[in-house]
Amino acid sequence: MLDDPLDRPRPISIAQRLLAGLHLDGPLLAGLFVLCGLGLVVLYSASGQSSTLLTKQIVRLGVAAAGMLVIAQVPPKLLKIWTPWLFAAGIALLVAVLVAGEMGKGAQRWLDIGFVRFQPSEIMKLAVPMMAAWFLMDRPLPPRLTELGVLLAICMLPAALIAQQPDLGTALLIAASGIIVILLGGISARLIVLFGGLAVAVAPVLWMNMHDYQKQRVLTFLNPESDPLGSGYHIIQSKIAIGSGGLFGKGWLNGTQAKLEFLPERATDFIFAVMGEEFGLLGLATIMILYALIVVRGLYIAIQAQDTYSRLLAGSISLTFFVYVFVNTGMVTGLLPVVGVPLPLISYGGTSMVTLMLGFGILMSIHSHRKLVTQ
Amino acid sequence: MAAQARLKEHWREQRMFLYRALAAGVIMTALILFVIARLVDLQVLQFEHFKDLSRGNRVRIEPLPPTRGLIYDRNGAILAENLPSYQLEMIPEQVPDVDAALAELMELGLIREDDMERIRGDLARQSSFRPTALSYRLSEEAVARFAVNRQRFPGVDIQARLIRHYPHGSVAVHALGYVGSLSERDLQTLSAESYAGTTHVGKIGVEKAREDLLHGEVGYRQVLVNAQGRGLQELERDRPKPGGDAVLALDLQLQMDAEQALAGRRGAIVAIEPFSGHVLALVSQPGYDPNKFSVGISTADYRGLQENPDIPLFNRALRGLYPPGSTIKPMIGLAGLHYGVMEPWQRTFCLGHYSLPGSSHKFRDWKRGGHGHVDLEQAVAQSCDVYFYELAHKLGIDNIHDFMAGFGLGSRTGIDIPAEKGGTLPSRDWKRARFPRREDKVWYPGETVITGIGQGYLQTTPLQLAHATAIVAARGERFRPMLIAGTRDPETGETVYFDPEPMPPVRLLDERLWDEAIDAMVAVVHGPTGTARRIGEDAPYRIAGKTGTAQVITIAQDEKYDESELEERQKDHALFIAFAPAEAPRIAVAVIVENGGSGSGVAAPVARAVLDSYLLRDEP
Repeated sequence: MLDDPLDRPRPISIAQRLLAGLHLDGPLLAGLFVLCGLGLVVLYSASGQSSTLLTKQIVRLGVAAAGMLVIAQVPPKLLKIWTPWLFAAGIALLVAVLVAGEMGKGAQRWLDIGFVRFQPSEIMKLAVPMMAAWFLMDRPLPPRLTELGVLLAICMLPAALIAQQPDLGTALLIAASGIIVILLGGISARLIVLFGGLAVAVAPVLWMNMHDYQKQRVLTFLNPESDPLGSGYHIIQSKIAIGSGGLFGKGWLNGTQAKLEFLPERATDFIFAVMGEEFGLLGLATIMILYALIVVRGLYIAIQAQDTYSRLLAGSISLTFFVYVFVNTGMVTGLLPVVGVPLPLISYGGTSMVTLMLGFGILMSIHSHRKLVTQ
Repeated sequence: MAAQARLKEHWREQRMFLYRALAAGVIMTALILFVIARLVDLQVLQFEHFKDLSRGNRVRIEPLPPTRGLIYDRNGAILAENLPSYQLEMIPEQVPDVDAALAELMELGLIREDDMERIRGDLARQSSFRPTALSYRLSEEAVARFAVNRQRFPGVDIQARLIRHYPHGSVAVHALGYVGSLSERDLQTLSAESYAGTTHVGKIGVEKAREDLLHGEVGYRQVLVNAQGRGLQELERDRPKPGGDAVLALDLQLQMDAEQALAGRRGAIVAIEPFSGHVLALVSQPGYDPNKFSVGISTADYRGLQENPDIPLFNRALRGLYPPGSTIKPMIGLAGLHYGVMEPWQRTFCLGHYSLPGSSHKFRDWKRGGHGHVDLEQAVAQSCDVYFYELAHKLGIDNIHDFMAGFGLGSRTGIDIPAEKGGTLPSRDWKRARFPRREDKVWYPGETVITGIGQGYLQTTPLQLAHATAIVAARGERFRPMLIAGTRDPETGETVYFDPEPMPPVRLLDERLWDEAIDAMVAVVHGPTGTARRIGEDAPYRIAGKTGTAQVITIAQDEKYDESELEERQKDHALFIAFAPAEAPRIAVAVIVENGGSGSGVAAPVARAVLDSYLLRDEP
């Protein structure tokens, strides 16, 4: 199962040499490039052809790409050393935000450090899987039950803090990124079934016992920005936009649903629907496949990784990315309830783009820092 | 099992990970196929259905802004209401060429040229999907003119809206505040969701302080719209919940009389009910017309207000900092009694000037030649400066500071509308912290001396003076000044009043000491030597008062000055504090007339008019 270094294609062309020198991964980079490019094309239409919005997004992409390039240079060895500190700092910042929020008024997710404002929960999107992988890296796998307890704490402590902000959507996604590490870490199938079954069994019982107004509260809690008339409106309009796109779509800049402002949040959470209206099934299927290819490449990098830490981290980053994609597309097509999760790398705005690209930077670092001679 | 050492088996772990990753890949593929199947369902199987929905009439959800709560005075008179108005609104996002549309609308006479600058400002400040008002109060004829040309202007429409109207114009504007266009900045603190469809928001005064109460809850309606996005038919409606009404402690009649008494001058009046803290009148002159703000004040008008040398936008009652002058003498007297540095019957001989022991610097009395022998009552009645120079010196600045702090001088009173200023109540500590240079940090005895007559570093707002006067009237009982007395439910008409909010009271060594100060204040108005005896001559009730004059410029030693020679703006500020009836106070008032000259000649008659308005009214 081990890599034979001789099998690896040697850097031959200048492009390949450049990529190797910069610790970048060609296939992953190509996928991201195409995806972001398509994203900008759609955003231009979704934003009502706003060049200011587009420029802002391009700048953001540039910053994110720079971050990815920098992280790719950092060998995983160093990442391992930083991991507990990063996690501790993230927890401290979350507490700081909560305290500051107490003193200010209302929800507070942002921390202002002079020149830049950011959400500490963004740090946790990477710090939680890193910490879980770090905890498991020198322990024999699969983890024991006590170790499982620690792992769950690593996932749940930040999630609980973020849920207080209150931002339940992000909290759940961050918990998921840690749980993916646990799943990849070899927790036995029986335990998975047990936990899964427990969750599945408890959820509907809880739900059934809630009053209507409580259910409504949970739903609004999941998505505070939702239209007061219920998320139904978003979904109806989104389905009309996608459905009326048909097989080939109405063509770029020709989507009427988005134009006439029927579709809310069309540049952000519901941009997938704009794409569906203008580019049809063909466009959406292409995007889905593109996402799948990126995740597959990520999983390939994880499989090729040479130590537990890198393997688990790379696997978690790739699969969490897919979770974002699935939650957003599921929501926009009406398969999942409306939770405010943007379509990664395509939706307008968000510090989340920088975090995602940093994650890909870590993947590239893991892949490019492998030792070519083994044992 | 426990004894057996667990070792990492790299090869096995790697293989296990491979299986897990492959499983994840399979699950991911299944989920993607699931989404794609859903897409096939929507875009292929149900394509015709959604195409029809998208082409034909469509449902749009429009927010219905709630009706803003009204503002009443304490007797139920309306101070702020909502009037229907046809207004022209634009949703910039739906307009192909905003500039061209604005130009064409101006050609049609639907936008005034003066408003263009304001409109451009509003368009820049507001989100492009929110309606921006282009013009207000359109005539029926203008509405008809637009209706004819309507198809030329997608994204522009006439809306029948309620606009805020203040029936008494500038009356009480500095208490009420005003509403202005909702800006992107306002939305940083308000929820965009509950302000969907709302165009105006409280910017200052009661309107801002109780925005939460007045705004109400947004409603929605579902409308069928045609391809241009115009509404055809209403399908469903979720009614908005109107905002609650605010009932003020303010007395409209008193407020209007007070403003009348100060008409043509610059200054402030605050009247407070001593045993509740209710603010009965809050005047800052000149004022301005808040109605201009609710219909989008033109840039020229706004600039006019900003550049007016009388600064009408400035709330003198809450933010104007003035030396309180001699009006604090009754309280300094109380401090002397409380700390036991003198007795009320002890006399000081006033020669017309005072010098600190071992110093030749003369602190002048306002009366050349002096007042002769004066006890506390006469010192207050005649406003003898020398008496209080000496008393202040005996007290020391820190005692003065601690005692005056109990009356809230030099700090915010905590009134329930925003933007109040604190001012300064000096002390040794204050001076040490205030000045950076070492030589400035030292407190000089001479500074204590002038603090005794309310000059020097001491700076207070008219509201603080009225608050302090109310505390004297209530013999130490202290209540937070309260402009908003309660709330009224617009649907049931039921009014709920807030309880007065007691603050830590001023406790004297002996309760009877209050009488000394209050008697002295009565002597100011009703005594034969009182500085304000002119307003006491024909008063049908007893007034306790104190005149004051605050220097605007410093006069050099031994230099006599002639008032008429001074520029109007360099004249002294005239002050007067009073409460009445002296035996059972119902109202405490502070008056400041900027550059009014003398407290007794100018400010006291204003205060008398205010007291008359409140106390001599025929009760209904």
